Amino acid sequence: MSTELIEIAELVTSWSDSDEQIEAVVTSDRETEVRAYEGEIESLTVAESQGIGVRVVKDGRQGFAYAGTLEENELLEVLSEARDNASFASPDEFSGLAEPDGVECVSLEVYSDGVDSISTSKKIDYALELEKLTLATDKRISGIESSEYTDVVSESAIATSTGIRASSKESGCSLMVYTLAEEKGETQTGFGFSIGRSPEELDMEKAANDASDRATRMLGSTKPKSERLTVVLDPWVSAQFLQIVGSTLSAEMVLKGRSLFTDRLGEKVASPIISLVDDPTNPRAFTATETDGEGLATRRNVLIENGELKMFLHNVWTARKAASTSTGSAIRSYASTPGVGIQAVSLRPGGRDPVDLIAGIDNGILIQSVTGLHSGVNPVSGDFSTGAEGLRISDGELSEPLREFTIGSTIQKMLKDVSEVGNDLEWLPMNSAGSTLVINELTVSGA
Amino acid sequence: MTEIQIVSSDLLGEVLSSAMKSGGSFAEIFVEDRRSTSAVLDDGLVEELNNGRDRGAGIRVVSGETTGFAHTADLSAAGLHKAAEAASSAARSNSESFVEIDLSNEIIPNISEIEILPKEVQKSAKVALLKSADESVRGAGLPITQVAARYGDSHRVLQIANSEGLLTGDRQIRSSFSVSCVAAGDAGMQTGRESVGQTVGFELFEDIDVNEVARKAAERAVTKLDSVPAPSGEMPVVVGPGGGGVLFHEACGHGLEADLIEKSASVFAGKQGELVAAPDVTLVDDGTMVGEWGRFAIDDEGNPASKNVLIKDGVLTDYMWDWQRARKHGRVSSGNGRRQSYRHLPMVRMTNTFLEGGNEDPQEIIEDTEYGIYVAQLGGGQVNTATGDFVFGMTEAYLIENGKLAAPIRDGNLIGNGPQVLLDIDAIAGDFAMGSPGTCGKDGQGVPVGDGTPTLRVKRLTVGGTAT
Repeated sequence: MSTELIEIAELVTSWSDSDEQIEAVVTSDRETEVRAYEGEIESLTVAESQGIGVRVVKDGRQGFAYAGTLEENELLEVLSEARDNASFASPDEFSGLAEPDGVECVSLEVYSDGVDSISTSKKIDYALELEKLTLATDKRISGIESSEYTDVVSESAIATSTGIRASSKESGCSLMVYTLAEEKGETQTGFGFSIGRSPEELDMEKAANDASDRATRMLGSTKPKSERLTVVLDPWVSAQFLQIVGSTLSAEMVLKGRSLFTDRLGEKVASPIISLVDDPTNPRAFTATETDGEGLATRRNVLIENGELKMFLHNVWTARKAASTSTGSAIRSYASTPGVGIQAVSLRPGGRDPVDLIAGIDNGILIQSVTGLHSGVNPVSGDFSTGAEGLRISDGELSEPLREFTIGSTIQKMLKDVSEVGNDLEWLPMNSAGSTLVINELTVSGA
Repeated sequence: MTEIQIVSSDLLGEVLSSAMKSGGSFAEIFVEDRRSTSAVLDDGLVEELNNGRDRGAGIRVVSGETTGFAHTADLSAAGLHKAAEAASSAARSNSESFVEIDLSNEIIPNISEIEILPKEVQKSAKVALLKSADESVRGAGLPITQVAARYGDSHRVLQIANSEGLLTGDRQIRSSFSVSCVAAGDAGMQTGRESVGQTVGFELFEDIDVNEVARKAAERAVTKLDSVPAPSGEMPVVVGPGGGGVLFHEACGHGLEADLIEKSASVFAGKQGELVAAPDVTLVDDGTMVGEWGRFAIDDEGNPASKNVLIKDGVLTDYMWDWQRARKHGRVSSGNGRRQSYRHLPMVRMTNTFLEGGNEDPQEIIEDTEYGIYVAQLGGGQVNTATGDFVFGMTEAYLIENGKLAAPIRDGNLIGNGPQVLLDIDAIAGDFAMGSPGTCGKDGQGVPVGDGTPTLRVKRLTVGGTAT
């Protein structure tokens, strides 16, 4: 199929006139999703979808259109819409498509035939077994909200009339379970997951145990009082914060006056133990990719080194506007024009074990889940506050569960207040990895 | 109503017959043809116009408690039959049977009247709105450093047929406009946003002035330049008119969805007929509200939209239902079966959710509050329906000191527990207003929803600020 997709992309770009540039992004996905509930298949979804996005640049004006189909008569219509749309855009001297920049792609093994080679009935069994296994982990597990197996094989290709050609094929699968735990009339919830490129990489016991643990450990939780204190973020939580920090380091945010790090290159913006790297060429990241959304090779970008801000992420447009070069950081779907963003960020791990880090804290909270991060963070001003759940840390030991409180600070202050990075590093189903982080001071708002 | 024919009724009937062949008890085909336009102006430039088209069909086959689902962008007879076969493969019955589906009785619902179809409006007119909004803010002498404006419209035609003989369709047209501004001052940058959206055509812009939308966004950003850190801890929270919809959406709306009730994943399970809120709380979900963002003629299972009273005078009267949960409970759907697109299975979703107005005077509610916060605009929110804990963001809020509005406060979240908050509502004013158009996310699917409230006060909520 990959060759077909690139042929479709090339066909569309071959229709370009001499005074215009054309880019075509073509994708095709195949997915299976099985949900089990109370020992039955609740739903089985088998689906294929395709899409194409076409970008036209003419006289510095950019137009775009997309369609969720690859039928040939639709391709012509999409191109004609994109051309028409270009005529209404403002001329912008920095508009233009990517051109080959000589950077070689790192070769990544992101497709495994495991997803294609197992039968649908085996996939059904995974979802049913996961439910059964999770129910058996603890007698306080009162029900399973959903137990799922999903997999997807995604192929994509991009071609431009400026000489870009790239295609990729990747596979992914996951187990996901949501549990309910009940004791003395109180209900708590938890989730667990396992992801991989191929079903044999999935760890069903881990998914079941994590879900059970997350739900049961919150039973009997209370609301803490409001105070400022030391907070430890577990990897699941720190990975979500890294996504937000990463979003402020896009050159698009900087060039459009929306980044709190504008004019701060070369300055100390974080604690000296912070080194933040965006590296989509790292095969351990589930979002690893050989090329970015404009067809350029991805590369390892060091954003913050020992607390010092080193660079911003660029796509082709931001690079031209800033008289710089693309960092291979264009992100997009077939239905959108390229933005700029992180693809696989992580912190350089520290030297100490998470257990040792907690042992050194007299009074604090270990945060194990956050909610409302998107409504509670303003990436322009840097203010944030988010709902949280976790465990009290008393005299170096984990103690009672806490819920219905928020943690708040500013992104600027929190980066400086990181006093320890754990030696753990966990790649998660998002464009970031988590490490245990100790933050010297955050405001906890509770009772 | 030729407009709602995407696939002929003969072909729909044949596809349903083939979907039922392997012994399902119910089959449905959902056909959708959606065109959308968006135009974005940012940093003074019209960056792009984007046109999209998504067309396809989703087919589900139910057998016992199992649903098989497949979707396809190929609307030919061959494409639809292939999807029907895939969907029916989950129905594990051994008996082959032929079921004739009679689709001769097409139901024409109360489709919204549209004055000006967006597709018939020149793109230059859409772009002109963006430029006008941008120029009006930049020319106003405010400390605004950045303006982004977005225009959007969508034209969604759908056709639904099922094995019970239902054949119906709808045409849903939505138009929206939003502006985001950045203001810069000595203490850094602040943002302000305002958005409008209705289930109407381009006539939206006869009723609303985009320059006014831009002015509101700019004022929000400028006001916050003088903001102080939000307080931290429990205190009274007054929510302004139109602002509180998100609060109810999260505090109890999701918890009243029958799919979550059925799995005991809601704190409101088993509470029907009980007092769950303060006695003057009446909460309604109404998909029929003409023009509102969550309005439609039929839901995405072909059932007509309806007005459903969820809480009446503090008593939980009913949940919201889709076809599947309603069937199980031997009742009819409440018209709340919705899906993001033909690529998704329907589930129970809200439409336009609102709190009915009370009798109090909004000004007196503030005057009666010694210390607390006043939230004029809420951001998004999130809820854990099983515990009832929910958060929502505030994007325009002020301190209340000695019964008067005082300094603006910085952005942040509030956190509370749904059942407790419903009981803690101690004042409801008569100044009802609908809020901003929203997109409600559930299980990975986003659908347009509306909400509204009058001014109200919750006597105790936890404000997640940093000031102590």
